[in-house]
Amino acid sequence: MIAIKDLHKSYKMGSNVLHVLKGINFNVEEGEMVAIMGSSGSGKSTLLNIVGMLDLLDTGSYTLDGVPIVNLNETKAAKYRNKFLGFIFQSFNLINYKTALENVALPLYYQRVPKKERDEKALQYLTKVGLANWATHLPSELSGGQKQRVAIARALAAQPKVLLADEPTGALDSTTSYEVMQLLQEINDEGKTLLVVTHEEDIAKMCKRIVQLKDGVIIEDKKVNQIRASEYV
Amino acid sequence: MIFRRDTWSEILSSVTKNKARTTITVIGVLWGIFIYITLSGAAKGLDNGFERQFERVAMNSMFVWTQQTSVPYKGFKTGRFIQLKLNDVRTLKTKIPEIQYVAPRNAKGVFGGDAPNITKDLKHGKYNVYGDFPVVVKIATKDIYDGGRFLNEEDIKHDRKVCVIGERTQRELFNKDENPVGQFIKIDNSYFQVIGVHKFVQGGGFEDDGDIYIPFSTFRKLYNTGENVGWLAIAAYNDADVIEVEKKVKTVLKDIHSVAQEDERAIGSFNLGEIFNKVQGFSKGLTFLSLVVGVATIFAGVIGIGNILLISVKERTRELGVRRALGATPNEVKGQIILESVFLTLVSGVLGIILGALVLAGINAATQDVTDFPYTNPTVPIPYIIGALLIMIILGTLIGLIPAQRAVSIKPIDALREE
Repeated sequence: MIAIKDLHKSYKMGSNVLHVLKGINFNVEEGEMVAIMGSSGSGKSTLLNIVGMLDLLDTGSYTLDGVPIVNLNETKAAKYRNKFLGFIFQSFNLINYKTALENVALPLYYQRVPKKERDEKALQYLTKVGLANWATHLPSELSGGQKQRVAIARALAAQPKVLLADEPTGALDSTTSYEVMQLLQEINDEGKTLLVVTHEEDIAKMCKRIVQLKDGVIIEDKKVNQIRASEYV
Repeated sequence: MIFRRDTWSEILSSVTKNKARTTITVIGVLWGIFIYITLSGAAKGLDNGFERQFERVAMNSMFVWTQQTSVPYKGFKTGRFIQLKLNDVRTLKTKIPEIQYVAPRNAKGVFGGDAPNITKDLKHGKYNVYGDFPVVVKIATKDIYDGGRFLNEEDIKHDRKVCVIGERTQRELFNKDENPVGQFIKIDNSYFQVIGVHKFVQGGGFEDDGDIYIPFSTFRKLYNTGENVGWLAIAAYNDADVIEVEKKVKTVLKDIHSVAQEDERAIGSFNLGEIFNKVQGFSKGLTFLSLVVGVATIFAGVIGIGNILLISVKERTRELGVRRALGATPNEVKGQIILESVFLTLVSGVLGIILGALVLAGINAATQDVTDFPYTNPTVPIPYIIGALLIMIILGTLIGLIPAQRAVSIKPIDALREE
């Protein structure tokens, strides 16, 4: 599903060049649930951003679902993001003046899905995350866990190939974190590929594979026995 | 994109859900267009008012009279009094093709001299009497009350002893419910039959509501004026240059009466056309000024919109970043910001137009019965409104470009990272 070869990325910080990713080779198969771990500054967010086409790679190659991601301009990136990727952020990033339903429907809006169908689908995904009754509520009327579940529904709405989650539980307490992880596991059980960036050991262990990043290189890449989040809840 | 219903509902939701921002934005342009509409409407009202003041007289008319010469010429010494003659009328008309009408007039009681005594039964008074040709109404309109008429050619031909009296004359000489038409009044020592009553209108020059008009030919016999003419009322064709015509008239008259061309005093004139042109120039200037001020205010308003959108783009950096992460292309984001700008501009523009129209209607209602102030029917021509709307759309787009460019210049990753 994701194939990354010899990926380098550096940032210019004034006169200094910060070499963040120093040759990453990394493959993800369909249906995998991969945790990317590492301390801050290890380059895990940069990796996720490149996978998410929010950032450009310097050298190396990136193939997503067989499509080589090259010559990326903003318009092309936007189309790919819309088609292939679903984003889940640490701070939810819901649009505060839109209701839960409208937030979930937004990626479909950019796919030019007609309004009626959009709302139907959005409601379907809200139901999936257990928030059908909250469809008309604004994000400010939802709890943190609920917001993240709306965000997950939104990421799913466009039926992406891969879900990218950047510290999805970073802003949540542990009970809520486990609930969110349980939801993500269920989504993975249905066959969706998931990439989860986290620095929390217990969250990482709920994935099927852990990739350890340190100073821009992968130092460990191992399959683990998934711990079901439902055990904690 | 513009024609997708979804685009507009998206813009509508973004605009209506940020109420404070929208309101402030709207007020800026609303105020601008409101000023523009009220100002140009008021200018138009003034323009109409002036026009109304002048509508009683041909706008390119003039009066010409004679005075004493001031330059010796052809053996005549200075201080000679010049007398206009009936023949001058024909000469003027043949020599100056721009002239449409010439009305020679005589009067008693207007420019010095005693007004004639007018008697009706036991009532009497002094009123000005004019000897006129029917053509005079082409130069200065006379409204005649129902049941009456103005002088006509037959009256002139037969030297009829008929007269048209004024409203005041009727009020003072006749009883309240008496119909003056058909009755006789005595002008000095002759009886005249009243054929009409003229309605007095403000702004008709030196004439007033007591004036009595009798046929020129009858006047001539009554006061023994022969071929003499008191003064000439002249109207030029609409497309003629009145000032030029005035000069020509004077030249011709000086020729006829052996007056030196350089004599500035011998022939006096009052050029209504020139005055009218000045007034018109003034109101044109006023219209222009109101346009400039109005458009400038619209400008200021639209710049205000741009300003607020710029701030709101900053505020919405995160939202726009999320939208782009979810698949909005830079053009879609740009388009949304620009359309928001245009939409806000248009909505506030239309509101401003409505508000301005209401205020104009209010002013109109308040000045409806005011006759001494030149202000009538303040309207804004449709092209001005369409022009203003066009300016707003164009400016709204242009000013929207700045925040739109700003919105897409931030990378989605930076937008999302911003806390």
